[in-house]
Amino acid sequence: MAVKVRIPTPLQKLTDGKDEVEGEPGTVISLINNLDKRFPGIGERISEGGKIRRFINIYLNDEDIRFLQNEGTEVKDDDEVSIVPAIAGG
Amino acid sequence: MEFTEDQLQRYSRHIILPEVGEKGQIKLLKAKVFIVGAGGLGSPVGYYLTAAGVGTIAIVDNDNVELSNLQRQIAHSTKTIGEPKVESAKNTFESLNPDVHVIPIKQRLTKHNILDLIRDYDIVVDCSDNYATRFLVNDACVMSKKPLVTGAIFKFEGQLTVVIPGDGPCYRCLFEEPPPHGVLPSPQGAGLLGFLPGVIGTLQAAEVLKLIIGTGEILKGELLIYNALKPSFRKVKIPKNPDCPICSDHPTITELVDYS
Repeated sequence: MAVKVRIPTPLQKLTDGKDEVEGEPGTVISLINNLDKRFPGIGERISEGGKIRRFINIYLNDEDIRFLQNEGTEVKDDDEVSIVPAIAGG
Repeated sequence: MEFTEDQLQRYSRHIILPEVGEKGQIKLLKAKVFIVGAGGLGSPVGYYLTAAGVGTIAIVDNDNVELSNLQRQIAHSTKTIGEPKVESAKNTFESLNPDVHVIPIKQRLTKHNILDLIRDYDIVVDCSDNYATRFLVNDACVMSKKPLVTGAIFKFEGQLTVVIPGDGPCYRCLFEEPPPHGVLPSPQGAGLLGFLPGVIGTLQAAEVLKLIIGTGEILKGELLIYNALKPSFRKVKIPKNPDCPICSDHPTITELVDYS
């Protein structure tokens, strides 16, 4: 069992092209810090100083964590976390 | 208003649909839509709105057609390489449907011109290719209370939502500010599957048509995410941010910002 983490297209360079990786349960910020150990560089793209960057949203299942407990939102085994950055192509 | 014989034939598939009917078709013919960008997304948006008989379509873009655009920008053609994209698109759209009045605007949108340019339009469709314009368009739509249908694409992924100012969240409720330069890969250097703007742009056109006709549910308060490789469509919620810098009742942005 693990947390399913969806990686958006713009960050897949850092996950060897994988669109889904496994994460560890805990708070959202600890999950991201742990991801950074396996995929160096992904942490600083997503967060800065322990805060999620303002052009990226994190969803726990389909809920925006800013309206749960933000970076401290608890993520459990079998939850699905989606990282959704602003994209701009047209 | 009376339909001509040609119009009755041209729009017959709309008119026989109870959800559209003659009433809906008249609304379409009287509607005025403003499209930001005549590229990958602007092409199918403009094409389908033209085919549907949207009466007035303004399209703004400052670029000329290049050969490398033609892999996806279907409003243009080999014959129009080097021409302003807005002129190329106008010719394409008007040859599809002469009922439609296409207004080409060869300009870059700025904080100085956007409010004046969109003033006379009912709906704005964001088909732009950069973060600065996306935030500018959102803020201008919130300030002038215009519905905004925004779509974006990257490589093989697309995003789509509708902003109805005063009734739900805006784009800044979703993303508070653009990324600093270089933090996320730029769409220009990344490549793109050619049909992707067709999928997202066509969905944008669908939202515009529903807004005009006044039927169905509008994709507001949710972000639709399409991944062409999976393939999957999924939606996440966009809660209204009570501290949104532009659309909350205590905005910190009170004039337009130029991020470019």
